[in-house]
Amino acid sequence: MKFTLLSACALLLWSSCSFNDKSNAVLPIYGSREPVTKTVNGKQVTDTVYQTIPDFEFLNQYGKTINRKSLDGSIYVADFFFTSCPSICPIMHRNMLKVYETFKNSGNVKILSHSIDPNHDSVPVLKNYADKLGVTGDTWWFLQGKKESTYKLAESYLVAVQEDSKAAGGYVHSGYFILIDKQKRIRGTYDGTKPEDADKLIADIKTLQNEPQSMIAQ
Amino acid sequence: MKATIVTVLLAAIICMVYSCQSEDQIEYMRYYTAGQDLYKTKCQNCHGAQGEGLAALIPPLTDSVYLKANSNKLACYVQNGLQLPILVKGKAFNGQMPPAGLSPIEIAQVLTYVKNSFGNNMGLYNVEKANQDLSKCN
Repeated sequence: MKFTLLSACALLLWSSCSFNDKSNAVLPIYGSREPVTKTVNGKQVTDTVYQTIPDFEFLNQYGKTINRKSLDGSIYVADFFFTSCPSICPIMHRNMLKVYETFKNSGNVKILSHSIDPNHDSVPVLKNYADKLGVTGDTWWFLQGKKESTYKLAESYLVAVQEDSKAAGGYVHSGYFILIDKQKRIRGTYDGTKPEDADKLIADIKTLQNEPQSMIAQ
Repeated sequence: MKATIVTVLLAAIICMVYSCQSEDQIEYMRYYTAGQDLYKTKCQNCHGAQGEGLAALIPPLTDSVYLKANSNKLACYVQNGLQLPILVKGKAFNGQMPPAGLSPIEIAQVLTYVKNSFGNNMGLYNVEKANQDLSKCN
């Protein structure tokens, strides 16, 4: 009797978990937000304005200028790295390769890897790095620009980056992957050094791809 | 009662099996397990959990032919890093490997692990052999 009750409880718990799992998952929106009240058709309407990624301008591995507009209509993942990084970058990009392989033909997903060491990581160096990773086309861009602009942009992704002569390779940076939706809002952060986080990221990108238009057009 | 007898018997069998291991095997296992931990902290980020490397950037550790042919140079590579282009699994790699910052005994341990994992099977690489190889680094 006790056993039946227990197993019934277990079954209930299990089914409630798997039910919540996928069908109606909605990703949170991160960052600061503020209410804005405006008058629409004579009525007072209060809306929430979410933090978005500000404009930027960097060169990609093909020497082409990439800015905020280049990402219109795309879901994208951003990270910060440098090609001579001896510590966490290889494992980050081993995991990011999985994301790349999954979405390289989807057309609406991009990956932006910002170099935090633009003095060393020139356009040809980034192109060479991309070639060696086996990255082609315009799905995964390796970007470089002014150091200050990159570091400032990292702040809007809620990622910490700084120079430190004591750290391996001369920089400390967190190995996070940041997921940005088509409205340029932060929808997820993932530890780029963990393979299981990369799997979560892939699942979350699919969730964003299926997000209804009404939610996108806020 | 029966359970106690079974447990005692099992313990006896385990003891017998364990004592059957030769000194060499025990030493090998000591190197191997210590090397496994070192590999995780010092090598795995770049070379991967399965020694798979990373595309054309970081060489895999699965090329037994390369490892055998360069067996006595590996300790120097781990100690001092590597800048020369090398050919592994028919692919050229010309990046830089940083020095691992390991002592000779640790180098022997991690190399024992690498040389007996990922499809490699080269046996114990002890600290005497490591010191001998390290004395010949350029």
